[in-house]
Amino acid sequence: MIFELTEEQKLLRQMVRDFAEAEIAPGVEARDEEERFDRELMYDKLGELGLTGIVFPEQYGGAEADYISYAIAVEELSRVCASTGVTLSAHLSLGANPIYLFGTEEQMQTFLKPLAEGSKMGAFGLTENSAGSDAGGTKTTAVRDGDDWIINGSKIFCTNGGDAEIYIIFARTDKNAQKHHGISAFIIEKDTPGFSFGKKEKKLGIRASPTMELVFENCRIPAGNLLGEEGEGFKVAMKTLDGGRIGIAAQALGIAQGALDAAIGYAKERKQFDKPISSFQAIQFKLADMATEIEAARLLVYQAAYRASAGLSYGQQSAMAKMYASDVAMRVTNEAVQIFGGYGYTREYPVERMMRDAKITQIYEGTNEVQRIVISAALVK
Amino acid sequence: MNLDLTEEQKLIQDTAREFATAELAPVAGELDRGGDQKIFFANLKKLAELGFMGLNVSEEYGGTEAGVIAFSVALTEVARACASTAVTLSVNNMVCEIIQAVGSEAQRQLYIPKICSGEYLAGAFALTESGAGSDPAGMTTTAVQDGDHWVLNGSKIFITSAPYAGVFVVWAVTDKSAPKGKGISCFLVEQHTPGLVIGKKEEKLGQHASATNELLFQNCCIPKDALMGKLNDGFRVAVGELAGGRIGIGSLALGVGLAAMDAASAYSVERKQFGRKIAEFQAIQWKLADCYTDLDAARLLLMNAAFKKEQGRSFGKEASMAKLFASEAANRACYEAMQIFGGYGYTCEFPIERYARDARICSIYEGTSEIQRLIIARDILRGFS
Ligand SMILES: Cc1cc2nc3c(=O)[nH]c(=O)nc-3n(C[C@H](O)[C@H](O)[C@H](O)COP(=O)(O)OP(=O)(O)OC[C@H]3O[C@@H](n4cnc5c(N)ncnc54)[C@H](O)[C@@H]3O)c2cc1C
Ligand SMILES: Cc1cc2nc3c(=O)[nH]c(=O)nc-3n(C[C@H](O)[C@H](O)[C@H](O)COP(=O)(O)OP(=O)(O)OC[C@H]3O[C@@H](n4cnc5c(N)ncnc54)[C@H](O)[C@@H]3O)c2cc1C
Repeated sequence: MIFELTEEQKLLRQMVRDFAEAEIAPGVEARDEEERFDRELMYDKLGELGLTGIVFPEQYGGAEADYISYAIAVEELSRVCASTGVTLSAHLSLGANPIYLFGTEEQMQTFLKPLAEGSKMGAFGLTENSAGSDAGGTKTTAVRDGDDWIINGSKIFCTNGGDAEIYIIFARTDKNAQKHHGISAFIIEKDTPGFSFGKKEKKLGIRASPTMELVFENCRIPAGNLLGEEGEGFKVAMKTLDGGRIGIAAQALGIAQGALDAAIGYAKERKQFDKPISSFQAIQFKLADMATEIEAARLLVYQAAYRASAGLSYGQQSAMAKMYASDVAMRVTNEAVQIFGGYGYTREYPVERMMRDAKITQIYEGTNEVQRIVISAALVK
Repeated sequence: MNLDLTEEQKLIQDTAREFATAELAPVAGELDRGGDQKIFFANLKKLAELGFMGLNVSEEYGGTEAGVIAFSVALTEVARACASTAVTLSVNNMVCEIIQAVGSEAQRQLYIPKICSGEYLAGAFALTESGAGSDPAGMTTTAVQDGDHWVLNGSKIFITSAPYAGVFVVWAVTDKSAPKGKGISCFLVEQHTPGLVIGKKEEKLGQHASATNELLFQNCCIPKDALMGKLNDGFRVAVGELAGGRIGIGSLALGVGLAAMDAASAYSVERKQFGRKIAEFQAIQWKLADCYTDLDAARLLLMNAAFKKEQGRSFGKEASMAKLFASEAANRACYEAMQIFGGYGYTCEFPIERYARDARICSIYEGTSEIQRLIIARDILRGFS
């Protein structure tokens, strides 16, 4: 075992960190406050840096790096701005990766390439009003009509929704089939007639990342946009989410690291009782616990990423990484607010935002209860 | 031991609950989003009319004389609906109690009835400074005697209700050469006093309807008899009175935690996934069981502290334990409630995210959780040395 990043991975970390600090950090509060997604800054520039297709082969516009590099990129972006982190994660893991995993050569050239190159952005619409944890409860339908599919229904909570150009959508193609077997995956482009955007959610955190309702009203798409086999959509979704969890775990890790860094800086500066508060054991031990948990989370995240790149099974590991890292992000950001005292409760310091951002990592891409279901199912099968 | 509320306490609890449900809950979300402050003020006035601004204050000064337990249960009910209203209530009660405890007869007559009746929307408690939070004795605001006046200079931060408080209880250094904490005195400063400037309003995570401002004293001149209590004895007063305030904040936290869990319980029997109510999953049942157990323990700790205070016994450690436990339990409950709501809980369409934001301050103000632990440990160790 080698517990050391490669030179390339280290260089990548430095590059993304420098970029995030120099370009993403300024305005992060304002974008949060105004719920503003800055496409150019939070996405287009990631494309210029080669991050939007970091794990894909060069022939499809990618950078051919490994999943650890991807995790590092999401981590470093999230350390500064969790909304930017999830933009990349939702685009790459959820929008682009299913095309790479299940797409035809033609679909890869048409859809994956521009996504990987960063000229287009991806999104993923699985969740519906009454089908969240239970994605098999999908009600959106796709009906074959000659050379087309006609989609009807709606999706909620779609990250990058409204701004993305390419959407992976799940719809029921066989009403009679057993719950999980009648669902298929489709690639749908923005501006397709019959495809519109509904409500944009107002949220506790990751407010610079849009969360949109997608509405399909007799939306007609060519048969060639079916992704994977007909009826195999549920499998597409689950495989995609296995990888997506690495992204969210990395996002959580980055948020936690950002909060720890801020807390350390503050604890060394802030004086009470004529001493820096970092001289109190209460604060020292908090920092020690936070750092230890972050390190454990990082190892779980990199392990899942390593296995994904090495061609090993990684569903259970990515579930563990996502669950643990998100719990750590919550604990660490909460403690960071505590270390900042009353100041931590104000918008003047970044920790309240980090705490608001952290909470979603326990919920999306499978709640942590669902991760436990995934993990325990693998254990007792 | 009798763990039941008295008839009077129950009546107050019911009154608070009815008012909170009818008047506060419907507007709390709107006020959080920056809604019309007039509504907030109108509700404070109505609460004053109901006798909730001086629950543990003598009738002689317009108080209700209902006791500390009644205060605690009333605050919890108000906080279930609106934490911003509850914190205002808590501070108002605390200010009345301080004035009753250490003020002169003239000061009591002058100020307490105004707060109790709602003539003053609020009273304020001005202790914290930018460099003196957990360590308030490190304050640098000064009061210097000048003939028939005291002249205040310096600044305070994070003062709840500052823009609409009628009277401020202000601590300032009156003897710079005294050992730390021994040269501080307490004053009553009226709103609109020249030299008293309401400074920057904090943009906060939660409790948005309750204003939190900086206070500046720029050669602020107050009469000689604005001194409250004995000269240079102010720090002891602050420390003593904060213990009572902690029962208020703990009760507030409990209310928010209960609101979150009640909402989550209701949601869990409505929401279906996998063809079942999510309440049928053990994962959800366990969360409910743990959080309600925590919150009930918090309630009992609060009742114990309130009871001791009501009996005139020492209650500092008990109040700290109750505040520590209740505020942390409320935080956990809010986040578990959000988890039970899934993605919906993260959106502003449901009140859960507001509850979580409102609860978070409870383990920080009126002494952080670390300071509560310090107080509790000191008290325990005193018995062993
Ligand atoms: C900001 C944001 C961005 C999102 N982005 C996307 C996106 O890009 N694409 C997309 O498709 N979706 C997205 N989602 C949706 C997200 O993945 C879902 O919210 C999540 O899967 C949970 O579903 P739900 O909200 O319906 O909760 P529910 O499934 O209703 O869950 C409610 C509660 O019940 C628990 N529960 C459910 N079933 C079980 C069980 N069997 N055992 C134990 N407990 C259970 C859950 O853990 C949770 O605590 C996003 C959501 C948000 C808030
Ligand atoms: C919304 C809001 C309303 C408020 N309302 C009022 C009000 O009406 N009146 C008023 O006077 N004040 C008010 N406050 C101030 C509040 O009481 C203080 O913020 C609080 O006491 C903590 O002080 P601080 O913010 O300076 O944190 P600090 O004292 O700087 O604490 C920073 C961290 O160090 C820890 N720490 C400090 N000392 C020790 C120690 N010895 N051992 C271990 N850990 C330690 C703390 O626990 C905390 O984690 C309010 C604050 C807020 C945010």
